[in-house]
Amino acid sequence: MNFVVTPGWYMTLAAILFGIGALGILIRRNALVMFMCIELMLNAVNLTFIAAGRALGNLDGQLAVFFVLVVAAAEVVVGLAIIVAIFRLRQTASVDDLTEMKG
Amino acid sequence: MGGASVLGALTVIRARNPVYAAMGLLATLFSMGVLYVLNLAHFVAAVQIIVYAGAVMTLFLFVIMLIGVDKAEDLGETIPHQRRLAMALGLVAVGIAIALIARGRFSWVPVVSTLADPQSTNGTVEAIAEPLFREWVLAFEATALLLTIAAAGAIALASHRRPVAGLEQETGVN
Repeated sequence: MNFVVTPGWYMTLAAILFGIGALGILIRRNALVMFMCIELMLNAVNLTFIAAGRALGNLDGQLAVFFVLVVAAAEVVVGLAIIVAIFRLRQTASVDDLTEMKG
Repeated sequence: MGGASVLGALTVIRARNPVYAAMGLLATLFSMGVLYVLNLAHFVAAVQIIVYAGAVMTLFLFVIMLIGVDKAEDLGETIPHQRRLAMALGLVAVGIAIALIARGRFSWVPVVSTLADPQSTNGTVEAIAEPLFREWVLAFEATALLLTIAAAGAIALASHRRPVAGLEQETGVN
């Protein structure tokens, strides 16, 4: 049987990875792990871009991934700085303890 | 490789210890790099390994060490049925996505185009640089500015020692 890996399979894998990332955001309460789940979701979208770009036969998908990588790096830097600042203030990284804005 | 990435992703959300979660994420990122190479995105794959598996993971591990890993997170539920609801929501979302993909019988785009000219999507450094510095040059400069601002912001956030100490006393009164 001839099994060809079409872009659809990459899309499916990306959807599954994105779902796992979203699930992690919903069930974890450690801010660091939630951040890792955000990275996971960004990577899933990157895989979609690459697969679609290849299927459509142009390089724009890869360029989009390049920019997503840059933005993700900037986001990680700022986000981790915020987490460290919060940790200095509160000695915790659990989002359950951060109920300052509770109405 | 797809299986490895899913396994790593599951480790991220299941591991009690944040270091194990980081290792799972590392496995996922590496297998994503391999999948990029399979899709002819050579330059992006190299950048993925260097930036993500190198810099970002180092940063993550550094912060994990800074915060301390001795306190393992309890994975219990605070909101009742939180996990079951999240699982159902995630399954529904992934199911819808896969259904949308499968509706086109895995060929929603003409696959012929890649077979016709694989060189058109060969992501070498030259091929990437050509459009990057022509029609995308404004976005390129914008990301340069963004990175500078992010670095400056991170330094500003991390170096305010005295105001943070003052706030700590205020919250101590509460």
